[in-house]
Amino acid sequence: MMTKNLKTAFFSALLVIAVAYPVIGLKLTTVGIGLEVHGASPAVLWTIAGAAIVMFFWQLFRDRLGAAMASAPRLPKVPASASNFLTLPSTQRWIILGLVLVALAWPFFGSRGAVDIATLILIYVMLGLGLNIVVGLAGLLDLGYVGFYAVGAYSYALLSHYYGLSFWMCLPIAGMIAALFGYLLGFPVLRLRGDYLAIVTLGFGEIIRILLRNMTDITGGPNGISIANEYKPTLFGLSFERRVPEHVQTFHEYFGFAYNSQYKVIFLYLLALTLVLLTLFLVNRLLRMPIGRAWEALREDETACRALGLNPTAIKLSAFTIGASLAGFAGSFFAARQGLVTPESFTFIESAIILAIVVLGGMGSQLGIILAAIVMILLPELMREFSEYRMLMFGALMVLMMIWRPQGLLPMQRPHLELKP
Amino acid sequence: MSRAILEVSGLSMRFGGLLAVNGVALSVKEKQVVSMIGPNGAGKTTVFNCLTGFYQPTSGSIRLNGEAIEGLPGHKIARKGVVRTFQNVRLFKDMTAVENLLVAQHRHLNTSYLAGLFKTPAFRKSEREAMEFAAHWLEQVNLTEFANRPAGTLAYGQQRRLEIARCMMTRPSILMLDEPAAGLNPRETEDLKALIGVLRDQHNVTVLLIEHDMKLVMSISDYIYVINQGTPLADGTPEQIRENPDVIKAYLGEA
Repeated sequence: MMTKNLKTAFFSALLVIAVAYPVIGLKLTTVGIGLEVHGASPAVLWTIAGAAIVMFFWQLFRDRLGAAMASAPRLPKVPASASNFLTLPSTQRWIILGLVLVALAWPFFGSRGAVDIATLILIYVMLGLGLNIVVGLAGLLDLGYVGFYAVGAYSYALLSHYYGLSFWMCLPIAGMIAALFGYLLGFPVLRLRGDYLAIVTLGFGEIIRILLRNMTDITGGPNGISIANEYKPTLFGLSFERRVPEHVQTFHEYFGFAYNSQYKVIFLYLLALTLVLLTLFLVNRLLRMPIGRAWEALREDETACRALGLNPTAIKLSAFTIGASLAGFAGSFFAARQGLVTPESFTFIESAIILAIVVLGGMGSQLGIILAAIVMILLPELMREFSEYRMLMFGALMVLMMIWRPQGLLPMQRPHLELKP
Repeated sequence: MSRAILEVSGLSMRFGGLLAVNGVALSVKEKQVVSMIGPNGAGKTTVFNCLTGFYQPTSGSIRLNGEAIEGLPGHKIARKGVVRTFQNVRLFKDMTAVENLLVAQHRHLNTSYLAGLFKTPAFRKSEREAMEFAAHWLEQVNLTEFANRPAGTLAYGQQRRLEIARCMMTRPSILMLDEPAAGLNPRETEDLKALIGVLRDQHNVTVLLIEHDMKLVMSISDYIYVINQGTPLADGTPEQIRENPDVIKAYLGEA
């Protein structure tokens, strides 16, 4: 027992050194045009050594420490009754309603920066809700979700650039084009399961990005394409930009205000909120429709579904297509907000963040996804000083979640169906 | 006597070098309870898998009401009214009992997206009817009080009953049960026997059964097929099978 612990402890300590020394212990400095490797300060090196020693003893005496910890006061756990109350569908509906009210009031009290971040969060809520249909409900692990997001964004950018279509024309078209991509990709891919599906979708996401970067003639390559002011979102034909061509009326001129960029930020925020509310409505209805039940049934047992006469391919395709179209809507809104789309906005890390939101929130739970999107987007913004350690913190957060709440932040209980309506 | 609803002839299934099913022929008449028995590994479940489209049979013909169905995918065969259960219970464990029953009615529901999104009267009506049908069957199998419990938390016998109720949601003409009494206690087996009787007499369902519980098989079957090592060994009424020396030999081994 002791020797086994000793071995584990030794290797754990070694691992600490092996990981920490190259990452923290060596510093790259630019000298002229070359790079030089320098050792870090002795204090840092001593800290690494200290950490290795602590790890060694921790692993060595883990069993005994575990026993001691058990008697010590534990981390406050969420009481069962509270947890039960919070996961009730009715409670969650009220919380969502409260959040929506807060969200409606937000732009009139928050600063410009706060509203802007809230808009970004709303985009991720939309993406999370869309991916939740594919991963959380239908159980299809899609690592290339960002591909459909890119398709949506580029659809809007290209259509406005080449054909002069406005945002409101492009939004539904972008959703449809993304849905079409989802459908076409889904056909060959949905025969695969689990890991294989994940790898193929991952590849698809990357292919889209690389294609967009290399079709320089059409997409502008790495420089991306910008969206002209007159094609940006308008409110009943009123533009929120400062400078627009002659024929376009602007919001501030129409109402006789002085131009203020705050209007545009608030308008975009409210637009995002509207889109999120529509998405919430859509997902809510889908869940209670036969197709929503079929998705969940398919996730649990495909063979049983087939034996009951449900066509698995058609059901999976519908999940994939609807999820993709939501990403398309989110993408075209994202393009409108940025005013510029480049392939680098659609890297794999985006897919990973969206997936993390779904997993963190609790698969299938809408409130969970909203909370997780807030956490995942707000944390890096709040901790800008630690931006180098962002990925490390994501990792730590995931590990903690797996230990503390493997079912996600706020999973949802199944709705209670009354037999006699 | 009533007409044959399912006719199978020369059914063979080959996995590489292994001939798992060899020339099996069945003729199942409407509203009969037909059993398939045989030692473990005889190929009974493989026959089921071929009949329900989970395997593509190597050769042979399967006719349902005179229509060839061999080679069709599983969900298409299920839609023609051939529905099965599995040897190990395959419920949607995280979904509640009543949801399990609603999923199975998928094909009979209003699945139009627009109707569902805007809750049109037609959609509400279709959902209400589905709910009533599910409630009716929950009562039939005595599970009304567990309607909103996740199916995975039910007792084993209850899960078995729920699985049969779920099959009935698809309004089948042939119900294929793969070892429905496995793991049931004697009282539950009696209930199962009564339930199968109700299915046949009141719901006009033809039942095809794989079962090892000989007492059950002998008491409810109208006709029995015996399969041994993939080949048909004997068939006949329960009395004929009971006295057939080949069957006794296959089960008990050479004397």
